[in-house]
Amino acid sequence: MINFDNVSKRYPGGHTGLSHVNLHIDPEEMVFLTGHSGAGKSTLLKLIGLLERSSGGQVHVNGRNLTRLKNRQIPYHRREVGMIFQDHRLLFDRTVFDNVALPLVVSGLGHKEIGRRVRAALDKVGLLHKERAAPVTLSGGEQQRVGIARAVVSKPPLVLADEPTGNLDPELSQEIMDLFSDFNQVGVTLLIASHDIALIRGMHKRILTLSNGSLVADSKTEIRDVT
Amino acid sequence: MSRKIRKRFPVHIWLQRHAQVALSSLGRLSRNALSSLMTCAVIGIALALPIGLHVMLHNLQQVSGSWESGASISVFLKQKVSDEQAAELAEKLRRHQRVEQVRLITRSEALEEFQRQSGFADALQALDYNPLPNLLFIQPKNDFTTADKAQQLVQELRLLPEAEIVQLDLQWVRRLQAITIIAQRAVVVLTALLSMAVLLIVGNTIRLEIQNRRTEIEITKLIGATNAFIRRPFLYTGFWYGLFGGLIAWSLVALAISLLSGPVATLAQLYESSFDLSNLDAGTALILLGGSSLLGLLGSWLAVGRHLSAIQPS
Repeated sequence: MINFDNVSKRYPGGHTGLSHVNLHIDPEEMVFLTGHSGAGKSTLLKLIGLLERSSGGQVHVNGRNLTRLKNRQIPYHRREVGMIFQDHRLLFDRTVFDNVALPLVVSGLGHKEIGRRVRAALDKVGLLHKERAAPVTLSGGEQQRVGIARAVVSKPPLVLADEPTGNLDPELSQEIMDLFSDFNQVGVTLLIASHDIALIRGMHKRILTLSNGSLVADSKTEIRDVT
Repeated sequence: MSRKIRKRFPVHIWLQRHAQVALSSLGRLSRNALSSLMTCAVIGIALALPIGLHVMLHNLQQVSGSWESGASISVFLKQKVSDEQAAELAEKLRRHQRVEQVRLITRSEALEEFQRQSGFADALQALDYNPLPNLLFIQPKNDFTTADKAQQLVQELRLLPEAEIVQLDLQWVRRLQAITIIAQRAVVVLTALLSMAVLLIVGNTIRLEIQNRRTEIEITKLIGATNAFIRRPFLYTGFWYGLFGGLIAWSLVALAISLLSGPVATLAQLYESSFDLSNLDAGTALILLGGSSLLGLLGSWLAVGRHLSAIQPS
């Protein structure tokens, strides 16, 4: 599903986001990405969602070489990658329903189909009764669940989450993680960045560790590169 | 590897989407009614100026056109030509192939009329002779009433030994026409300049709108919206600005014409004319509305092209 071949990312000004990362994630895997702040977790996710382009190496996602993808093709790639953010990134002038519907509106689905799918997604995250509510009236945990519903509503094969539980208490965080497990059960590939080691250890999934832009540990291969 | 990732929408969904975006951008404008109205009013006033001038010129041309077709020629005869000679000449000219009608106004008739109308009766009686010449008032045949043809007849009449002055009563109409042509050019220049102003007004308004909706644009891009999708509401907003600006321009011109038509009718009556000030005709109105909508669309297109690509999600 995701393949990084000697991928580097340098920012203008000399800061290195990632250096020479090799990585392979199979379809239907659920993988955690951890490391201290600035280790390159967000950069890695941004390269997959094409919010950034790599400065070297090849990135393949879902059988597509992102290095060669033209700018005008980026929107079509993003439709196949659901993205979840720590700050939710909801549109506050629209209802919960309209926020979740946005990816379907963008891909040009019919009215009825949109209603059906949005309600299914909201039902899945337990917010069906809030579909007419404005996002500001929701709690942080609820807003994050709206963000999750929006990321999965178009049934993308791959979902990325950047610190999805960053602002939530442990109980809510666990609920969110269980939700991700449910998606993984039905075949969605997930890549979740989090620095909450205790939480992700409890999930018993593959964990990748980044440090200073390099991949230093992979629980699947148990190759450890002591730094 | 080169899997096709573009998907085409069915046509009815595409239309449905356009109608939805058109209505929602209209709704957005109505939520900020006052500022939207002010933008439209600025566009309306900018467009009303050249359109109003165009309508006035059109009216002027109609008036001068009707005068021109009534071209007539005055032949003032020499003092030594007697009344009998004048009558003979009039008779001769009546048989001329280009002449429809000849009216002889003898010097005594002219004096009488002058005394009656000018109020100089006493002063004229003080003269011991009649200073006025005999006058032949010639109406050319219909085919020769246009300025150029009438001019040929004038040349011919000037060769008559009896004629002192031959005057085509058209000179000032032609001068007026020359001025009208200059004014028309001025309207074209003015239209171009003010259209540019409308482009800038719409462009700037849309630029601000894009800045206000920056977060929304970023999020929509994250979710996989194409540039066309993001551009669309802004283009419709520009279109509405143009259309409403055009409607305001139309009503301003109509209002101005209706305010002027009363005094103009009075003036026309004084000239014994039944001239009526004509308003913007349907064709010109359509061109105005179409043109202003197009300007709005173009203005927002320019703004969107410049500013939208600068916004990228991070």
